[in-house]
Amino acid sequence: MAFLEVEDLHAGYGPVEVLHGISFEVEEGQTVALLGANGAGKTTTLRCIHGMVKPRGRVALGGEEICGRGTDKIVAMGVAHVPEGRGTFPTLSVDENLRLGAYARKNGGNLESTMRRVFDLFPRLEERRTQQAGTLSGGEQQMLAIGRALMLKPRLMLLDEPSLGLAPVVTREMFGALRRIRDEEGLTMFVVEQNANLVLEFAHAAYVMETGTIALSGDAESVKNDENMRKAYLGY
Amino acid sequence: MRRYLTGPVGWGIILVVAILLPFFTSSFRVGQFTLALCFAVVVLGLNLLLGYSGQISLGHSAFFALGAYVTAVLVGKEGFPHLATLPIAAIICALAGFLVGLPALRLHGLYLALVTLGIAIAFPQLIKRFDEITEGTQGLATSQPLPPAFLDWLAADQFLYFLNLAIAIPMFLLAMGLVRGKVGRALIAIRDNEIAAKSFGVNLSFHKTIAFAISAAYAGVAGSMYAFTIGFVAPESFGFILSFQFLAAVVVGGVATIAGAIFGALFIEFVPVYAADVDPSLTAVIYGAVIILFMYVLPSGVMGLIRRVAGPGKPGKEKDQAAGALTPEVGPPAGTRAGAPAAAEMSLSHQRRSK
Amino acid sequence: MERFLETIIDGIAVGSIYGALALALVLIYRSTGIVNFAQGEMAMFATFIAWALTEAGIPIGLAVLITIAFALVAGMIIERVLIRPVEGGQELTLVVVTLGLFIFINGMATWIWGPQNRGFPRLLPNDRISVLGLDTTWEAVLLVVVLLGVAGVLFLIFNKTKIGLAMRAAAANPDASRIVGVPVGRMLMLGWGLAAAVGAIAGVLIAPRLFLDVNLMGAVMIYAFASATLGGFDSAFGAIVGGWIIGIAEAIAGGYIDFIGQDLKILVPLIIILTVLLVRPQGLFGSPAVARV
Repeated sequence: MAFLEVEDLHAGYGPVEVLHGISFEVEEGQTVALLGANGAGKTTTLRCIHGMVKPRGRVALGGEEICGRGTDKIVAMGVAHVPEGRGTFPTLSVDENLRLGAYARKNGGNLESTMRRVFDLFPRLEERRTQQAGTLSGGEQQMLAIGRALMLKPRLMLLDEPSLGLAPVVTREMFGALRRIRDEEGLTMFVVEQNANLVLEFAHAAYVMETGTIALSGDAESVKNDENMRKAYLGY
Repeated sequence: MRRYLTGPVGWGIILVVAILLPFFTSSFRVGQFTLALCFAVVVLGLNLLLGYSGQISLGHSAFFALGAYVTAVLVGKEGFPHLATLPIAAIICALAGFLVGLPALRLHGLYLALVTLGIAIAFPQLIKRFDEITEGTQGLATSQPLPPAFLDWLAADQFLYFLNLAIAIPMFLLAMGLVRGKVGRALIAIRDNEIAAKSFGVNLSFHKTIAFAISAAYAGVAGSMYAFTIGFVAPESFGFILSFQFLAAVVVGGVATIAGAIFGALFIEFVPVYAADVDPSLTAVIYGAVIILFMYVLPSGVMGLIRRVAGPGKPGKEKDQAAGALTPEVGPPAGTRAGAPAAAEMSLSHQRRSK
Repeated sequence: MERFLETIIDGIAVGSIYGALALALVLIYRSTGIVNFAQGEMAMFATFIAWALTEAGIPIGLAVLITIAFALVAGMIIERVLIRPVEGGQELTLVVVTLGLFIFINGMATWIWGPQNRGFPRLLPNDRISVLGLDTTWEAVLLVVVLLGVAGVLFLIFNKTKIGLAMRAAAANPDASRIVGVPVGRMLMLGWGLAAAVGAIAGVLIAPRLFLDVNLMGAVMIYAFASATLGGFDSAFGAIVGGWIIGIAEAIAGGYIDFIGQDLKILVPLIIILTVLLVRPQGLFGSPAVARV
């Protein structure tokens, strides 16, 4: 049984169906990438998992059915979402943003030690601890968003286009941090990305979506080397 | 089907019903319908302002009162002929509306609502203060217009009804013409996206203040009609709650529609009556509850329901009027809340819809 | 000169009430994004409840506490039942709902208690005392102290507690709040409950000064709106300062400017609103609006 199982997922907005019955799974501790062009339905897929869109089909986390549940319940089960565009609270401080990440934590535990861990991964956030999040650069806000997700001590982390709008140097830095998180925490991650190259070096497996269906799947290496993939997304 | 209902045939039906009405209902009811006609005119004016130029006003009870007092003073104290006071009231109120419209250029949504509410609250106080002219709290009686010789077979209440109808009809026609003409299109452009309209060369200040002036003139004419009909004006009749009712009427009828004014007026005239029938002391309770329920069930108003039932109409019409479902911002002005991106999205998606 | 200062103190005292109501308005504005035109009526209704409790023999202090609790719950219920269904929709619809609520609550109060006015028991004796050599009353001191207390409690809640942080987040950015698992709806409910409770406190404080009748809050509300506008609709601190300034302005205008007198006193807050909105729309302490280009 995989940690995250999605089976025959149909979803849409109003009369328009965006996902036409997709299925995939993510093993515990794995990092899986979801690739595809704009409009393929990647963000919708994440929102289905996170409960912000109500789909038809099956979504199970650790064997437990979560399809159709409210977002606050799903978050409490340990699913953290780093949304497209960061989703930070610009008027609140970095510290407050991080604390909010821990809002749904069940045990109430030791916030400070988790925050230590986040600052260890992202020292620049500690420097800016009392600053308003809106004054941070794009890269720093992305780190804040990831840090906030970590504050939940999640079992599953969903990331939506983390490299969007970031300079290449910053992107590398961010993926470096993600790699550390994966290696040191064994966190299960599901990453939607346009930057196929970068994420395929980092993920274990990948799915490629095309207008609401899964066009290709496999481990990262074979997906990367797949000729059609290369032509479609990498241009050669 | 839609074309029939909302086009000339629909209006024709309404007109026929309106003409036949006084001959088939009791005198008391006729009086109520006569008042409904007054309200229809002011609600129409408010809808022109709100639905078409996107500016909110909680102050129309003041313009209504101004028109009523102009007529009452001129007729009751100076002996003017009744109908002559109509254009005078219209002009005075247009001027007042223009004066309000000028500072209103700098205000939007919530703030405009507050300022106009302030005007609505202040005006009755001003009436009381200048009691040499207005007779203050004791009120001012004015004679009701009498039918000319060739119409004296009509009962008094029926004549008043037809008089009001005769005033209301050109007001409605004028509104239709305005909305379809150049001014109307400019106003709609401003309502939907001010900044884009400006970049297309639409003169914002001119159109927005004109909209206020016209809207106030309508309220003034309606006020005059009210003075004819009731024959008595007093500050208590024009409290700020009247403004609330006008606004509710606009939304209940259907924002950015012409016919909606009729339904809105009927609503604010008759719902309190029926509520009083249930239990006079519960009138306001029921009235308030009905207004709230209406917002849940029919947020796009009666016209919204009619449109949905009648099916899609011509694409051109849809653009101007259904687009009015995107009403002006009455909540936070963009930027004072992180809802700003959502507000920008709203106008963007609206642009897409109207293409 | 002394009389002038005493007028000012009186203005600050009354201004504390305007400030309290303005706080309630700001609370709802920041959480739901609309102005609750029915805020005053809710406060009036709560004040009547307090009066009814004292008429039933309950001591005033306890009556006030019960009323505050009632208002807290009632505010939450109103948000959940009446406002939630239309929250995501057009703002105009929401506004009309609050207008309908105004009419409804006003009518309900009239139906239950009738249109006549009544006296409301004073919370503190009306003895005159001397503060810094100036003549004033216990009551005036109480008003200022209560306002500062309420503001202090709200400050602590919003800035030092987890739930306060969640409320601020839900108000600032509901979507991002949902993503971290904050139950946005419940936060809004809480905001309305707190606002109603603050309104009840304001009502109970002002009732001894004016007669308690169903139109108690009608005029007071415009002063509260003026205070919130002057202070900046999204600033709690501004609401308080705005309240005091309006209170002082009213006291001076009413006491010193004959032309205005009692009838036109209401023009003072209106002129202030207009001037502020034309000169500096975000008020003294609000955040500036950004034009959407």
